[in-house]
Amino acid sequence: MARLELRNITRRFGDFVAVDDVSLTIESGEFFTLLGPSGCGKTTILRMIAGFEFPDAGQILLDGIDLVGTPAEKRPVHTVFQSYALFPHLTVGENISFPLRMARHAAADIRQRLKEALEQVRLGGKAGKYPHELSGGEQQRVALARALINRPRLLLLDESLAALDAKLREEMQVELINLQREVGITFVFVTHAQVEALALSHRIAVMNQGKVEQVDEPARLYGFPRNRFVADFIGQITMIPAQVEESAHGHRRLVVDGLGEIVTPLPQGVVIGDKGVFAIRPEQVRIGVQAELAELKNHFTGEVHSLLYQGDVSVYRVRLPNGTMIEALLPNSAPGRAELFKVGAEIKVGWRHDAGVFLHE
Amino acid sequence: MRRGPWLWAAALAAYAFLYLPLTIVVIYSFNDSRLNAEWVGFTWHWYHELFHDEDMLIAAGNSLLIALIASLSATLLGTMAGLAMHRYDLKLLNFMVLAPVAMPEILLGVSLLLFFIQVLNLTLGMLSIVLAHITFSIGFVAVIVRAQLTSIDESLFEAARDLGATPWETFRYVTFPLILPAVIAGGLMAFTLSIDDFVVTFFTAGVGVQTLPLRIYSMIKIAVTPEVNAVSTLMMLLTLGMIVLASRIAPDVLKGKV
Ligand SMILES: Nc1ncnc2c1ncn2[C@@H]1O[C@H](COP(=O)(O)OP(=O)(O)OP(=O)(O)O)[C@@H](O)[C@H]1O
Ligand SMILES: [Mg+2]
Repeated sequence: MARLELRNITRRFGDFVAVDDVSLTIESGEFFTLLGPSGCGKTTILRMIAGFEFPDAGQILLDGIDLVGTPAEKRPVHTVFQSYALFPHLTVGENISFPLRMARHAAADIRQRLKEALEQVRLGGKAGKYPHELSGGEQQRVALARALINRPRLLLLDESLAALDAKLREEMQVELINLQREVGITFVFVTHAQVEALALSHRIAVMNQGKVEQVDEPARLYGFPRNRFVADFIGQITMIPAQVEESAHGHRRLVVDGLGEIVTPLPQGVVIGDKGVFAIRPEQVRIGVQAELAELKNHFTGEVHSLLYQGDVSVYRVRLPNGTMIEALLPNSAPGRAELFKVGAEIKVGWRHDAGVFLHE
Repeated sequence: MRRGPWLWAAALAAYAFLYLPLTIVVIYSFNDSRLNAEWVGFTWHWYHELFHDEDMLIAAGNSLLIALIASLSATLLGTMAGLAMHRYDLKLLNFMVLAPVAMPEILLGVSLLLFFIQVLNLTLGMLSIVLAHITFSIGFVAVIVRAQLTSIDESLFEAARDLGATPWETFRYVTFPLILPAVIAGGLMAFTLSIDDFVVTFFTAGVGVQTLPLRIYSMIKIAVTPEVNAVSTLMMLLTLGMIVLASRIAPDVLKGKV
C-alpha cells in the first residue's frame, strides 16, 4: 500500500512559479507518469517527493502521512536518476547493496537480497565490476536494482531512459513494465517523450508551465484531450477552426467556415455560439475514391498536397475546399509501394461521425 | 614565417635557465673539492659530513616535524574549507581562504610576527612556525579539494541521501572516498610548501629554533659549501618525490583544473 497524494503543491524560485497549485492522487501499485515539455516543473515535483526540494505551499501525503517534514534519507522513497548516479568508487554489488548497508541490515541478509536483486535485473556475473565497465543499459539496470532493493514504497524515475539509444530504450521499456508488475511498487515516472509515456503508464498527468492540464489513462488522453495543449502535445493532430451554431431543429451543430457542418459528438457544456477548433487524429481520417467513403457522415473533396513516407505508414496532407490542410495516415500494407495517391490528385476525404473532438477556445 | 625552430630555441633557453643552476648544485654536491670551481672527482664525502653535522640534523628534524604537523593540520582545515567553499557560495569565505595564497610572503611573515608577539603574546618557536605554515597552506589544500568536488556529479550526493544515508554517512561513504585523492595531493603539497619555506619561517622562528632553509641560509652567508649543495640536493629530491606522488594520486586536479 502506497498511495501518494499531492495537495495544492506550489514551488516558487524567486518570482518564477515552477509548480503552480498542483494536486494529484497516485494510487497504490500504479505506474504514473508526469509528462510535459522541458521546464514545466516535472523534476521539481519529483524532487519535492524525494525530499530535495520543499514546497512553498501544500502537502505531500504518503498513505495519509505528510512527508514534508521528513528528511530525504528517512522517506520510503527511492529515485532512479537520469544520470543513474552510480557511485564510481563502488562495485556493482556495493552500489546495489548500499541502501541495505545504510539501513543496517545483517551481512547475511544483504548477501541474500543482493543475489536476488542481481538475478532480477540479469546482472548475475557483474557484481564485482565497476560502473564504468558497464554498458549504458547495464548501468541503468544497476540503478534500478539499487533503488528497488530496500523495497521503497514509492519509486521515482526522472527521465530514466532518456540516455539510452532508441533500440535499447524500447527493450528497457518492456523490462520496466514487467519489473513494476513484479514488484508491485508505485512508480512515478517523469518524461517529456509522449510515446514512452503512452507505452508505460497506467495514468499520465500532462503538465504545462507548472500546472497539470489533464490526468487520464493513455487511451483516453490520446482520444479525448481536454484542451489544445494536450491535443497538440500528445501525438499528431489536425486542428480546424470551428464554431457551434444552432441547427434547424434548435440543436447544437458544429460548423467550419467553407466546409459546412461536421458531425461529431459535442461534449456537454458546449453551447451555441462557442468558438474553438475541431481536432482529429491522422489515423481517423480516411482518403480514397468516392464509393468507399460514401457511408461516412463526414466527407469532402480535397487535393493531395504532399506525402511523407515513413516506412510502415505514409502521412498524406490533403487540402480541403476551404483551404485548410488535414493529415491522413495510411498503413503501407502493399509492399514496395509508397504512393497510393499522387500528389496533386483530386481525392475524397472522410471520417466517422464519432471521430475527432471539439476543443473550446 | 617558420616559427618552429625559434620557439624551440626560446623554450630550451628558458628551461636551461631554470634547470641548469639546479643541475650544477647536484653535480657539485658530489665534487671532491671544497670549492665550487672545477670538477675534481666523485665523492660521497659531503653527504657523509652532512649526516654527522649535529646542527644540520637538528634543523632537519625540526623541519620534518614542522612540515608533518603543519601539513596534517592544513589538510584537515583546508579540506573543511574546500567543502564549505563548494557547499556555500560565499564570496567572503573564498576570499579569506585564498588571500594567504596570493599574499606576498614577506607581508604574511611580518603580519604573523606582529600578531604572535603583540596579540597572542607568544614566545616565538616551533609553535609559531607551525601556526604560520598552517596559515599559508590551508588555501592550497582548499583549492585542490574544491576543484575535485566541482568535478563530481552533484547527483551522487543526492543519490546517497535518497538511498538512506544521513548527511554524515553521505560524507563518510561517498564524498570522502571521492575527494580522498585530492586530500592526499593537497597534504603532500602542504608538506613541500612547509619544508622549504624560508621567508615566513624567518620572521616567525625567533632565536631558538632552526629549520633546514634557515640553516642553509646561515651557512651560505659565509660560503656556498659543498655541504650546502648536498643538503639542497636531498631537499630537491624529497620535494620532487612529493610532487610526483601528488600528481600520480590526483592527476586531474594538478593538471590545471584548479
Ligand atoms: N533551483 C532552482 N532555481 C531556480 N530555478 C529553478 C530551480 N530548479 C528549477 N528551476 C526552474 O523551474 C522550472 C522547472 O524546472 P524543472 O527542472 O522542474 O523542469 P522539468 O519539467 O523537469 O524540465 P526538463 O524536462 O527540462 O527536465 C524551470 O524553468 C527551471 O529553470
Ligand atoms: Mg527534469
